[in-house]
Amino acid sequence: MALNTARRTGRRGPRRFTPRDLAVLGTLLGIPLLLDIVVIWGPTLASVALSFTSWDGIGEIRWVGTDNYANLFTGYPPFWPAARHNLLWLAFLGLVATPFGLLLAVLVDRGVRFSRFYQSTFYMPVVLSLAVVGFIAQLVFSRDQGALNAVLGDTGDPTDWLGDPDLNIWMVLLAAAWRHTGYVMILYLAGLKAVDPSLKEAAAIDGAGETQTFFRVVLPTLRPVNVIVGVITVIEALRAFDIVYAVNKGRNGLELLSVLVTDNIIGEAARIGFGSAIAVVLLTVSLGFVVTYLVQEIRGEKTR
Amino acid sequence: MTKLRPTTAETTTPAVASALPAVPTAPGGARPAGRRPLRPGRLGVHAFLTTVSLAFLAPLALAVYASLRPYDETSEHGYFSLPRTLSLDYYRQAFTDSGMTKYFVNTLIIAVPGVLVTLFLASFVAFAVARLKLRGSILLLMLFTAGNLLPQQVIVTPLYVLFNRIPLPYRMSESMTMYDSHWAVVVVQVGFQIGFCVFVLANFMRTLPQEILEAAVVDGAGVWTRYWRITLPLCRPALAALGTLQFTWMYNDFLWALVFISDGDKLPVTSALNNLRGQFFTDYNLLAAGSVIVALPTILVFLLLQRHFIAGLTLGSSKG
Repeated sequence: MALNTARRTGRRGPRRFTPRDLAVLGTLLGIPLLLDIVVIWGPTLASVALSFTSWDGIGEIRWVGTDNYANLFTGYPPFWPAARHNLLWLAFLGLVATPFGLLLAVLVDRGVRFSRFYQSTFYMPVVLSLAVVGFIAQLVFSRDQGALNAVLGDTGDPTDWLGDPDLNIWMVLLAAAWRHTGYVMILYLAGLKAVDPSLKEAAAIDGAGETQTFFRVVLPTLRPVNVIVGVITVIEALRAFDIVYAVNKGRNGLELLSVLVTDNIIGEAARIGFGSAIAVVLLTVSLGFVVTYLVQEIRGEKTR
Repeated sequence: MTKLRPTTAETTTPAVASALPAVPTAPGGARPAGRRPLRPGRLGVHAFLTTVSLAFLAPLALAVYASLRPYDETSEHGYFSLPRTLSLDYYRQAFTDSGMTKYFVNTLIIAVPGVLVTLFLASFVAFAVARLKLRGSILLLMLFTAGNLLPQQVIVTPLYVLFNRIPLPYRMSESMTMYDSHWAVVVVQVGFQIGFCVFVLANFMRTLPQEILEAAVVDGAGVWTRYWRITLPLCRPALAALGTLQFTWMYNDFLWALVFISDGDKLPVTSALNNLRGQFFTDYNLLAAGSVIVALPTILVFLLLQRHFIAGLTLGSSKG
């Protein structure tokens, strides 16, 4: 469809695309498009549809309306704690890890000595698998032999950092922030390098202090980076899974929506309809952010 | 990529500046902060950055240290004690008893075709979106980009069911279905990562001079020639950056294999890490050795190709 119209309205005469061109376009746009639909969008719609059924994966698919959702919000104890943990995850990454990454970026960008070393060190955790981060967290936080308790010298009545359901989410958040901070730093660092130095000079000539220059002049020019960082933070918070799964499979204080989805679809008692309902909750929240972001992108596209 | 190069220049200048503190500050008060001579504030910054660096490295160092020591010793004295014996036994154990080599091969079977196919398909879509003025190309771009931003759990359930129903001949999959085969993981990886690559590559291709393509059109070059012979060679830096990044991501992936593969022998190395944990008893030192083994390739890739790696991430964020 797109190709035909392009051909008809082509401003460079009717022979814009030869038949061979059209074949190439059809194949090489068709395959990825098909893949995207089969792997991403089809399953997304299917998830939405399945969330209104009581399917167990084998028997027949029976329509149950919004029963799954009613059950989820009122009769499924792990749901609200999990939702709260996801929110906490978002707040912690957004209010602690992201500003910290920005601070590190600003400091490294000032061109202090060894900034190259600092940059690499802060970035190192980003290349680690989240599963590995989860395992390393166990070494640090384990009750009997963990490094943290050794540093605290707490041998009489050691704190079980990962076993205590009130504490463990914070420890896991620290581990997640360890990785997120470096990611945010590198994005801001690239943004800061691209800021026109004459802007800062002009601000300084006008008598602005360093803090003032940063918040009033530099940060607003970093808007595209801010948007990307915001999207990444939200997505990371909604996708969070690997770390808690590596620590204790997401139980005992580490429940997350993603874990609940996985628990409901694999295992002996597959409740696919119900698992899908949880997934749809995740989808709804993330779509809100994704759409906002895409609208920004389209605006950018038009001014290009 | 070019944007990142100044880093080297900037790190060397302050070193020169602080080595010669007697040199008077050049005219114009608004010099970049990096050129000022050393003063207490800067020492504070250094102290802060060094502390944070050490804190960032400590967990990794701890993992390496723990992996070198026998369980009896650390269980008695804790991880912070001085070593009495240091050995590579756990690494040997991970490779011989737990078959790490097999899992590494599985990872490569998934990641290498995954990266190549993703880059090939994504670069063509990006080319079509950024270079051929097709109708609806913005829509296409949005479709791919948004797809990459969805939480994986949203698509996991239907894919799980779908893959269980797609039969494959025995020579492609021992399970006779797409489920429990590497094919499932590769297909999902490609489908999921194309979005990110299309987005980054389209942004990159827009920065290339349009004149070259116009000249090629005048010479009668078809779409394929314009893509393969003219645009792609110019995208080498972006492709190198994305390749590095994507390899790390596919290597690090944990969820897809966990959900789509049930046969323990087919797991990639990150997911297989869980197997080092015993049913009733976990030897954390063995787990530490496993973590180091799994982390090492990505850390090496990062240290060797750092520039590409960072460029891959930032190409997507800093436009044109």
